Amino acid sequence: MDLEQNDVSLEQIAILHNRFKQLSQNEETLRRDDLKTIQDLESNPIRSQIIEAFFDSRNFQNDGVGSVEEIGFEEFLTVMSYFRAPPQHITEEQREKIRRSKLRFLFNMHDTDNDGTITLEEYRHVVEELLSRSGALGRETAKGIADAAMLEVASISVGPMAPDDFYEGITFEHFLKILNGVEIETNMHIRFLNMDATVLCK
Amino acid sequence: MELKMFILVLGLLVGSGSPDIGPNQGKCSDSLDPGPQDQGNHTLTPQSKKNFPVLSFGYDHVRLPFEISLWVLLASLMKLGFHMMPRLSSIVPESCLLIVVGLLVGGLMKLVAEVPPVLESKIFFLYLLPPIILDAGYFMPIRQFTENLGTILMFAVVGTLWNAFFVGGLLYGVCQFEGHRLVNVDLLSCLLFGSIISAVDPVAVLAVFEEIHINELLHILVFGESLLNDAVTVVLYHLFEEFSSVGTITVMDVFLGVVCFLVVSLGGIVVGAIYGLLAAFTSRFTSHTRVIEPLFVFVYSYMAYLSAEVFHLSGIMALIACGAVTRPYVEANISHKSHTTIKYFLKMWSSVSDTLIFIFLGVSTVAGPHEWNWIFVVATLILCLVARVLGVVGLTFVINKFRIVKLTSKDQFIIAYGGLRGAIAFSLVYLLNTDHFPKRNMFLTAIITVIFFTVFVQGMTIRPLVDLLAVKKKQETKRSINEEIHTQFLDHLLTGIEGICGHYGHHHWKDKLNRFNKKYVKKCLIAGERSKEPQLIAFYHKMEMKQAIELVESGGGSKLPSAVPSTVSMQNIQPKKSPQDRALPQLSKAREDEIRKILRTNLQKTRQRLRSYNRHTLIADPYEDGWNEILIKRKRMMELEKKISQMNNYLTVPAPAPDSPTIARARLASDPQAWGLKSLTESIPTIKVDLASPQSPESFNMVDEIGKKGSQSKASEEEDGLTMKVPSMTKPRKDKTANEDDDKEPQQRLMRCLSDPGPAGEEDEEDEPFLH
Repeated sequence: MDLEQNDVSLEQIAILHNRFKQLSQNEETLRRDDLKTIQDLESNPIRSQIIEAFFDSRNFQNDGVGSVEEIGFEEFLTVMSYFRAPPQHITEEQREKIRRSKLRFLFNMHDTDNDGTITLEEYRHVVEELLSRSGALGRETAKGIADAAMLEVASISVGPMAPDDFYEGITFEHFLKILNGVEIETNMHIRFLNMDATVLCK
Repeated sequence: MELKMFILVLGLLVGSGSPDIGPNQGKCSDSLDPGPQDQGNHTLTPQSKKNFPVLSFGYDHVRLPFEISLWVLLASLMKLGFHMMPRLSSIVPESCLLIVVGLLVGGLMKLVAEVPPVLESKIFFLYLLPPIILDAGYFMPIRQFTENLGTILMFAVVGTLWNAFFVGGLLYGVCQFEGHRLVNVDLLSCLLFGSIISAVDPVAVLAVFEEIHINELLHILVFGESLLNDAVTVVLYHLFEEFSSVGTITVMDVFLGVVCFLVVSLGGIVVGAIYGLLAAFTSRFTSHTRVIEPLFVFVYSYMAYLSAEVFHLSGIMALIACGAVTRPYVEANISHKSHTTIKYFLKMWSSVSDTLIFIFLGVSTVAGPHEWNWIFVVATLILCLVARVLGVVGLTFVINKFRIVKLTSKDQFIIAYGGLRGAIAFSLVYLLNTDHFPKRNMFLTAIITVIFFTVFVQGMTIRPLVDLLAVKKKQETKRSINEEIHTQFLDHLLTGIEGICGHYGHHHWKDKLNRFNKKYVKKCLIAGERSKEPQLIAFYHKMEMKQAIELVESGGGSKLPSAVPSTVSMQNIQPKKSPQDRALPQLSKAREDEIRKILRTNLQKTRQRLRSYNRHTLIADPYEDGWNEILIKRKRMMELEKKISQMNNYLTVPAPAPDSPTIARARLASDPQAWGLKSLTESIPTIKVDLASPQSPESFNMVDEIGKKGSQSKASEEEDGLTMKVPSMTKPRKDKTANEDDDKEPQQRLMRCLSDPGPAGEEDEEDEPFLH
């Protein structure tokens, strides 16, 4: 369990443990179906990808690959730890490290076949999922949007390309580059994991 | 040259001031209603027959508008002048220069023994202030504002209260200690004065911060604070003013004051929101009268301000709320041109207002009744600064416990330093009744001194300080589609994680609000299909529109600007096809010629300008409704062009991008028959320009088109014209285009609409949240 910079307080762990127990119906492990029962996720367009992220062993920080069927509390907590806020007084290097790990999480969510790049198909899938609640209008523009986005990445990362060159896909480094403007380390956090006060869990 | 203009204008001004210039007669045409000099009919003919007045001078009846126009002209010329002296305007902020000009003008007028006009509070609050606030509210960056709302409120409410009581209380103490002249300044007057002077002024903040391009967080903090503290100021002002006559304040009054504060602020917001929704709802039906669309936005917002002022609610907050609520819905409804109109009118009005305010401030300084009291003024100044610094530091300490992105001491310094006072404080003091406040003139002098100090000293030095402290500046990056996708993605992700946690954090509520908005509100307020358009698609269309406009604007030019640079084209990212697909496509010569003809005629029609139109028959919207159509067609045509150019140049490596439409067009142009107007045969789609046709059908949207596309050709259903496919596919698609064009014959053709692309260069500023 990764508790180096920002120690998740014991209280928070306890709360998350309660939640884990609640979701898994008091069993030791959590399954996909357990997460699917959460009502709040119903209306979320990227629901399946979020659930998949919990079962993706690349996110468990133990160099695993592939997806698993069920996870224990330790893995649950590890995935949750990606959403901590960075502590206030850290060096640039540590900040960069945190940034990379959070972006890696996002990258893994997009790169479903784990080949290290987000291909056009995968990116299209991402955009389609995002627009999945918008009906037919969404699906058709999704391609256009994904194509435009891909073009942008390619031109930013690689620069001018001859007609015969082929841009394989977005590698992790390119991904870092294009998301430079979005301050991931501060934006990607859940306030809950920061507060010391106990929060009522449903 | 500037000097000459300046003197000329001044001369006119001064000259126009004196009332009795010439005989007070009517115009030179035969005046049917006799002027005041004429006693009646009997004086006209028999006695001294005057010669028929060919040219007469009657100034009085145009006096007021004439003078107003002169002042506005003066203000604008000044603004023009400053920007012609870049060296000066880089050192001194515009507001300072304008105040100096005002001082000069005031001085000149006094020299000519004229009474210089003072900045009357009524004019200020009713005419000069609203445009500035509306401009700020309409273009408020909602996302950053709501993210930092807690911090902003803390600064605005608690900070202002602290300032008011600190300054007021300590000033009272100073007055008591000082002795003879000041001892009769009572506590309430001091507190009132403190509350007036403690409010950070949005006009001054805008004027100075606009020029230093500071990072968005600091900008929104200081600016948001200056807007929201209006409610506090209003309440405190009325509270102390009411009770200064009575003399004492009880606990009950304090409690009522708190209640009043809530009523004033929330009431103002509610009034603004109601008018905003009304404006949005009205704009839903304006598709036939595009010309007056901007008017609705302006009038509704102004009414919101006035209505709030009727009830002594916070007019500024009403205006902000109205602008912020109106914008997302109105922008989805109105035409592109109206949007541009609104933007430029608001900028223009706020700029003029801003300039006039500062000039008048200068003039009023010269004109106003002054009572200088060293101790009072100096004490005020020092106390204001100290209070500000202490307040900011103390509040930040508390706020940082709740913030993720903490405010550093550099940030705190800028926030404290950016607390400028301005014309609102001046006008409020000016409104004070001299009977109740015998020391009003002294207050006036003190306030003017503080204003001058903050605007001049702080305004001038903030820019070098920002550079010195290396405060983060505003990033000039264009909003990219990737960032937008991921911002949305993050929003959903975080909402989902919150759901899994079981914690109802602010993502959850934001998501709920968004869904409510989408489900109910948007349906009500946005016309047609656009009510269902998700934000990502709206953003994408906006970007494409920008690109298309840029394309048209540089149509004949050598460079092809684009948001998505043309260095990488679609074929570079498409998955590799098997080798046989890459073979030279075999189109028959006839087919190729046909394709060329189609492209030529389509492209040529792009260039035609509308001959004439008058504002009454401004065609309802072919431009807007068909915009999606335009984009898709354009894309398809570009792709076809690319294909053709590649067919020709397949084996060469061209120097510029081979798929630049300009080059393709140049290639076509070299064809001697290229630009001749051929008689179009049946198979080639015709493009009709239909000037006064009835309104275009409500919404020709992509859904319909895709439906058509889907039904006609399954094979090319997947890609909408963006890929290189086996040539046999191009045929059905071309036919499809032909069919579709024929289908849409009675409708407005899109091509001519690209005649008026609008101010494309500044389209970036749409995404820029701040005023420029």
